[in-house]
Amino acid sequence: MTWDISKIDEWKSDEFPRGAVIPDSGNSRDYVTGGWRSQRPCRDDAKCTQCLFCWIYCPDSAVNVADEKVTDFNLNHCKGCGVCAQVCPADAITMVPEGCELPEVG
Amino acid sequence: MPTQKTIAATGNTLVAEAIRQCSPDVIPAYPITPQTTVVEELAKFVANGRMHAEYVNVESEHSAMSAAVGASAAGARVATATSSQGLALMWEELHIAAGMRLPIVMFNANRALSAPINIHCDHGDVMGARDTGWIILFAETAQEAYDNTIMSFRIAEHPDVLLPVMTTADGFITTHSIDRAQIMDDETVAAFVGDYEPENALLDFAKPVTHGSFAGLGGPYFEFKKSQRMAIERSRDVVKSVGAEWSAITGRPFDVVETWGMEDAETAIVVIGSTAGNARHVARGLRAQGQKVGVVKVRCFRPFPYAELAAALKGVKAVAVMDRSESFGAEGGPLFLEVRSALYDLDNRIPVVDYIYGLGGADVKIEYIDRVFSDLSDIASGTAAPSGLVYLGAR
Repeated sequence: MTWDISKIDEWKSDEFPRGAVIPDSGNSRDYVTGGWRSQRPCRDDAKCTQCLFCWIYCPDSAVNVADEKVTDFNLNHCKGCGVCAQVCPADAITMVPEGCELPEVG
Repeated sequence: MPTQKTIAATGNTLVAEAIRQCSPDVIPAYPITPQTTVVEELAKFVANGRMHAEYVNVESEHSAMSAAVGASAAGARVATATSSQGLALMWEELHIAAGMRLPIVMFNANRALSAPINIHCDHGDVMGARDTGWIILFAETAQEAYDNTIMSFRIAEHPDVLLPVMTTADGFITTHSIDRAQIMDDETVAAFVGDYEPENALLDFAKPVTHGSFAGLGGPYFEFKKSQRMAIERSRDVVKSVGAEWSAITGRPFDVVETWGMEDAETAIVVIGSTAGNARHVARGLRAQGQKVGVVKVRCFRPFPYAELAAALKGVKAVAVMDRSESFGAEGGPLFLEVRSALYDLDNRIPVVDYIYGLGGADVKIEYIDRVFSDLSDIASGTAAPSGLVYLGAR
């Protein structure tokens, strides 16, 4: 069974998967939860010591890391809580207001 | 060849026996009076190797139903039992089990809810769960509790249904009284119930699925609820056909609405559970005196058999509904509301009177039911107007 959600708006009630089961796994990655963020983290690469505290503390696993180094933030899932900026021992992360324009997500 | 034997046992023993014969994979259970002996029996069956279920000792009924939901989503056949405050503590998971379309079977020993504290029979606990999306069956006797429990697995797991089923019996009156009943041989029950083949088992790693997804923020929650309504509507036929099939094997009748004397009755009592027997006893006496009285027993409360009820009652001049639970502030008890609504579409307007009785195990005396039939006779003959809600036998 495949679940092609592109036609979801056309489905009748009896066409949805029974019990809201999604015949697929690992799809919470596709679910964008960062839309209600009011501020976003901004990292200064020159100050960052790559201690990875932000990666450890982030409650949403929204700090992207490659080769054991922080690269950027996953803004599809970052809620802008500011924990990363708070725990950063090098003051390398500042929280910047989102303003009226929400980030492109999806 | 189906082989039955007649035994003397309590309702709880028979329910435990029925659950054992249906071979659930997982039993998450927590004891509560008057259901305790069901889960004690089941624990004993597992400990003695008479059934091969995973018996999970949980710390509350909230956990019992949570574990039932998890195990059922994992792909197991799941059974449990509860009563009263335990059922109330399961409140949120009852909705989840139905919404996730998990065919869990649960026995409930019908018991009053606090306060004041009371451990005896009424239907306040089950009626509180009437809108949770579960299919709900009521038993008059230990025999019916046994039969309903076996049928519950077939109804719940039917591909057109896939909803949880609550099979109930009156606390102490039916659960603890020793009654004569017939039990079927294990092989016949196993063949009748069959194996459960889950479609979306979480433990099927070859076909990963996600359970418990989100359907808010403009998502299709509304459509999922409609599909749930469609499923319980489909269960109407399934309850009847499974009942007919089991009935053909056992020789015992089953219907969602069972009637006595309704062919030519002028007045009738509608009742649920163990009191149906008292009502028939009184009705038999009145029939012997030439009074045309009848009794209608509702055996399936959800989905509510409104068409069958209207068909059974359409010829009478007055109806009394006996409610063993309250719906405080409503025009009557839960059964009254359903019955009067079921009669609304008839061409003739039949007076319906509600009698609340037996709350917290208050006695249901023969003279009380005599009084109900006497009231009905006065209403039918036009010598008395239909009364409002009556607390039958209360001081």
